[in-house]
Amino acid sequence: MSLAKDALPVARLDKIPLALIPVIAAAALPLIPSLPTWVTLTVAGLAMGMMIFIMASGLTLVFGLMDVMNFAHGAFITIGAFVATSVLLPLAGWTQADSLWRNLAALLLAILASMAVTGALGVAFERVIIKPVYGQHLKQILITMGGLIVAEQLIIAIWGPDMIALPKPATLRGSFIYGDIAIEKYRVLAVLVGLAVFAAMFLVLNRTRVGLLIRAGVEDSEMVESLGYRIRRVFIGVFAAGSALAGLGGVMWALYQETVTSAMGMQVMILIFIVIIIGGLGSVGGCFIGSLLVGLVANYVGFLAPKVALGSNILLMVLILLWRPQGLYPVAKR
Amino acid sequence: MTVIRTLLSGDYPRSRALTAVLLVILVGLAFAPFVFPGTRSLDVAAKVCVFILLVASYDLLLGYTGIVSFAHTMFFGIGAYGIAIAASSLGPTWGSLALGSLAALACSALLALLIGVLSLRVKTIFFAMITLAVAAFFAILASQLSGFTGGEDGLTYTLPQVLLPGSKLLAAPLFGVDIDGRIVSYYLVFFAAAALFLVLLRVVNSPFGRVLQAIRENDFRAEAIGYRSVVYRSVANCVAALAASAAGILYALWLRYAGPATTLSFDIMVDILLMVVIGGMGTMYGAVVGATLFVIAQTYLQDLMKLASHAAAGIPLLPALVHPDRWLLWLGILFILSVYRFPAGIVGKLRSRDKRHHFVTR
Amino acid sequence: MSNLLALSGVNTRIGHYHILQGVDFVVPQGGLTILLGRNGAGKTTCLRTIMGLWKASAGCIDFDGADIVGRSTPAVAQLGIGYVPESMGIFAGLTVRENLTLAARAGPIDQGRLDWMFGLFPALKKFWQLPAGFLSGGQKQMLAIARAMIEPRKLLLVDEPTKGLAPAIIAHMVDAFRELKRTDTTILLVEQNFNFARALGDTVAVMDSGRIVHSGNMSELAEDEALQQRLLGLSLDAHQ
Repeated sequence: MSLAKDALPVARLDKIPLALIPVIAAAALPLIPSLPTWVTLTVAGLAMGMMIFIMASGLTLVFGLMDVMNFAHGAFITIGAFVATSVLLPLAGWTQADSLWRNLAALLLAILASMAVTGALGVAFERVIIKPVYGQHLKQILITMGGLIVAEQLIIAIWGPDMIALPKPATLRGSFIYGDIAIEKYRVLAVLVGLAVFAAMFLVLNRTRVGLLIRAGVEDSEMVESLGYRIRRVFIGVFAAGSALAGLGGVMWALYQETVTSAMGMQVMILIFIVIIIGGLGSVGGCFIGSLLVGLVANYVGFLAPKVALGSNILLMVLILLWRPQGLYPVAKR
Repeated sequence: MTVIRTLLSGDYPRSRALTAVLLVILVGLAFAPFVFPGTRSLDVAAKVCVFILLVASYDLLLGYTGIVSFAHTMFFGIGAYGIAIAASSLGPTWGSLALGSLAALACSALLALLIGVLSLRVKTIFFAMITLAVAAFFAILASQLSGFTGGEDGLTYTLPQVLLPGSKLLAAPLFGVDIDGRIVSYYLVFFAAAALFLVLLRVVNSPFGRVLQAIRENDFRAEAIGYRSVVYRSVANCVAALAASAAGILYALWLRYAGPATTLSFDIMVDILLMVVIGGMGTMYGAVVGATLFVIAQTYLQDLMKLASHAAAGIPLLPALVHPDRWLLWLGILFILSVYRFPAGIVGKLRSRDKRHHFVTR
Repeated sequence: MSNLLALSGVNTRIGHYHILQGVDFVVPQGGLTILLGRNGAGKTTCLRTIMGLWKASAGCIDFDGADIVGRSTPAVAQLGIGYVPESMGIFAGLTVRENLTLAARAGPIDQGRLDWMFGLFPALKKFWQLPAGFLSGGQKQMLAIARAMIEPRKLLLVDEPTKGLAPAIIAHMVDAFRELKRTDTTILLVEQNFNFARALGDTVAVMDSGRIVHSGNMSELAEDEALQQRLLGLSLDAHQ
């Protein structure tokens, strides 16, 4: 009945894209004058990559599952950042205290608040703005652009037009020093948070029934419905989760930059688009690798030739598209 | 009547109200130096002319061909910088301006073709994202190559004598207005914009334009009939890019300045989107209405809103919402409503209202 | 014998196309009904309309006593209808196990039923933990059928299961369907392969240009060669 082979084909994880990360890190090594600098840049690159992953993962999953590209995603990032300011600045007693636990508690509060707000806004956004234009890509782009414009204006109306300074909590400032090598403490936190998010997403997607539904829905949502599942309800949940993740990313990014402006979401959207195109629209794993690649390239090139930093990431995107036109891990769509 | 038919390429306003609005705009712009004296108002009028052309070129792309591109400001910028760089480095002569214009137009056509051939095979959303990245890249390029482009600050330059405000053409004022280089500049912009707008009108009403609309409606079917949609889309992309560059050239001639903020910023791309959707996609006249509305609102609405803001002073949050700087919020809401309920924007609304009154053309 | 499914006057439009133009036929309870017809006759549209993937613009679809026109696809599936589309709808990135787990809506897979499935389709056991994308065409088809049957269903809609398959596999599939017929499930099978249809069908409905042009017992049609020629023309010999 089947082929004569008795041995089962081994489902091998396509490892080549994974290898790109150490390859690029290694390639940068000879170009950078000193090892300590290389270490600092690599950590910075990984940290930045993790934060971008947090912000981008929701967007790519929403697109894979719902066929919706939310051009207003940047607004959720910005809102997350501003909510963080509203929580952390009044809590200066905790953030400026020299206690790691107090600092982390304040940070956790900010994160929960941001995720709650952006998640709820995500639900409202999906029901009001996006649902009427399912399947109509042109209108979707226009409408989400409109949402972006309105959101940005509302942010300024609520929090004012000026940039807000958001200093890092006291114990998260500074670096760990190992001989000549300095590793920023906050960056370590960012990497940990990013890994936690990735682990959580991995577990949900691969070990839960909802995750099964989502993975199947990304391939063929019509078939999932034919199996008797109301996948539209899952849509809302995924969109809310994606928006909440954007909020979380906004908090982390705001503390990284230590300033919050109404345009910060938009500014990082270019990198996010590059990341999800590189990773393959709809693939969380691809998004993870793409984020790390972009983070590393941005930091290495930012050090070596600052003027071409963004250009180098666009070049990276072009090169990867020439190699794999659908991104690193294309999703097998119907 | 046949003169008008040829001029408008048979694309009549088809609505009494719309015709009235368009005539008002036309007359207002044609006689702007005399009807609206003052430097600010002439500035607004010139900006309206430029943006009518720019938005009309975008309507060709979005409304007629169904392509969403975020790279349109790039072509606008290329036109402006063409003039700016030529005038700065080669001197303020007609020759250098001609050279700059031709270089800009050639560059735009080439880029548009490249983008068309490489990316128009991909899906709508992918294409939109790629054009966003390309536009961002170009904007950064312009601000980084400061030796060439003047960087963040842009380039200021001078133009042939006859276009400069200082030069007087007539000894005595005409209808109370001094006829100086500024007026000459203005009419150059006005007539060029008007002429190119009519050219675009001809393009969308030609057999080529009809094929574009067929492709927009049903790509698959158009291909089945025999029209290679990639070719048509690429040509449309080129024409739109050339028109946008022309608008950039005119803008540079008027401002005697070109910089990233005035030509390449994403805000301008957003503004174009607002104008074309609120005015009316796929109508060309929508660009006229939308651009006029937007530019005038941008300049004068803020004064109106300032009054409202003071009046609402006691109520929480309300002053912030009607604060003059928040005018974009209301326009954004109008934009969203337009996409949902009025896909043909203001023009569509005016036309459908008149249909009920049985307005017959030709 | 009562009819589990009855279509009357069903019309379906897709965009400008009027595909189903008044479809009337019945599917008797417990039997296997074949829906026969040329390419483009509207057979797939018929199944998709029953599943609610496309909405009937007119007519009535009676399933087990209730009109299901206008119900959402998940609701239709939850009434006990399983669907095996022409494209099979296999989730290539999910393992065979995950495909079946997903299909078992009510809870964990019943081991007895699973063993029965493995008996029908041994390849599924062999490739249990592998991504379904690794399966051959015939194996995917079997997974698709297994998925539709992993829990008891009242009605099974199957769209061209033999398309593109080798004769040996088709023979295996005839055996599998004969097994399925022994259960309580009613089956509506769309086919172009007349031999396959003849081997399994109890009743038959022939479709042409969006209408039913003949319906009755399969045995009658199988014996009447002139009728076969008239209804099905050249497509008879194409898929032997």
